[in-house]
Amino acid sequence: MPRLIRMDHTGHSTLAKWRATDDADFEAAVEAFRRELDAGYIGVVPEGEGRATQVTELPAEADLVIMRRPIAGG
Amino acid sequence: MAATAEPALPELAAVPWRKRASRDSLRAWGRLWTVWTTLSVLPFAAAAVGLFLLEPLSFPVGIACLAHAWIIPELYAFRGVGVVRPKGPRHARYEPVAQGLLGDLLGHESRELQRRTGLALERGRLGVWLVGEAGALLLPPGGRRVSCFCVGTRERELPPSDRIAHLVLALRTDEEGFATVANKAFSGAAWRVRRRLRPEQRPALAAGRTEARRQRTRHGPTGARRRAVSN
Repeated sequence: MPRLIRMDHTGHSTLAKWRATDDADFEAAVEAFRRELDAGYIGVVPEGEGRATQVTELPAEADLVIMRRPIAGG
Repeated sequence: MAATAEPALPELAAVPWRKRASRDSLRAWGRLWTVWTTLSVLPFAAAAVGLFLLEPLSFPVGIACLAHAWIIPELYAFRGVGVVRPKGPRHARYEPVAQGLLGDLLGHESRELQRRTGLALERGRLGVWLVGEAGALLLPPGGRRVSCFCVGTRERELPPSDRIAHLVLALRTDEEGFATVANKAFSGAAWRVRRRLRPEQRPALAAGRTEARRQRTRHGPTGARRRAVSN
């Protein structure tokens, strides 16, 4: 089942899970995703070793969407 | 994928004055470091030799000059390698959870290496990356040089593995953008960097050098550049 997770102080938190066939679940996940974007998080879909794509809308077909904080030079 | 894909890291907006990093710009930066190191070492070495030729009894001063010539690049390397030293709170309670997620992101080999050394190995177009909690080392194809980048998330409450996962995901999203956002700390010979790494981190550098040599063998000295262009 696809998951939306956020990396945070607990390691990570699962914000939403959805089935492609369940519109209500997916809508709730979309709302959670937008809330995280508004809070400054960045959505990323890991695509196997060495590849990831940044997303600004929740992709229904992704297995895993991770919310990360911005990085900066130290 | 239906979602909007953005190949450029959003963090680039915070550094609009920086030119996007490329294989050529990183090579030029490496050469600059070589010139700088040479200019730092040569005057002291020349002074040591000159003094000895003029007056052999001045050898203690010559030894001090040679020590300076040795220490200056070592200090630069020490500062550079600092980017991958473990930093900040360890968050022992939640680290296993974060370690699990990071392990899912990494391949089997890299996962094992990261657990042993604290550095995650990533293969990129610019070379082989060793990603730590607050920075990364880049080994261009060939593995003789190491460039040190200081970059990380500002969230100190994150467990160490989450900090690494942040960097891995950003690197995978946009490698050149990652190298642009990061602050450049040092670039120099791999042997010099190895000496300044913690003993438990050295196997990661060895694995990175092996992989970087393979990249050079596979693609040739300029092959990786051709591959980057074709991508």
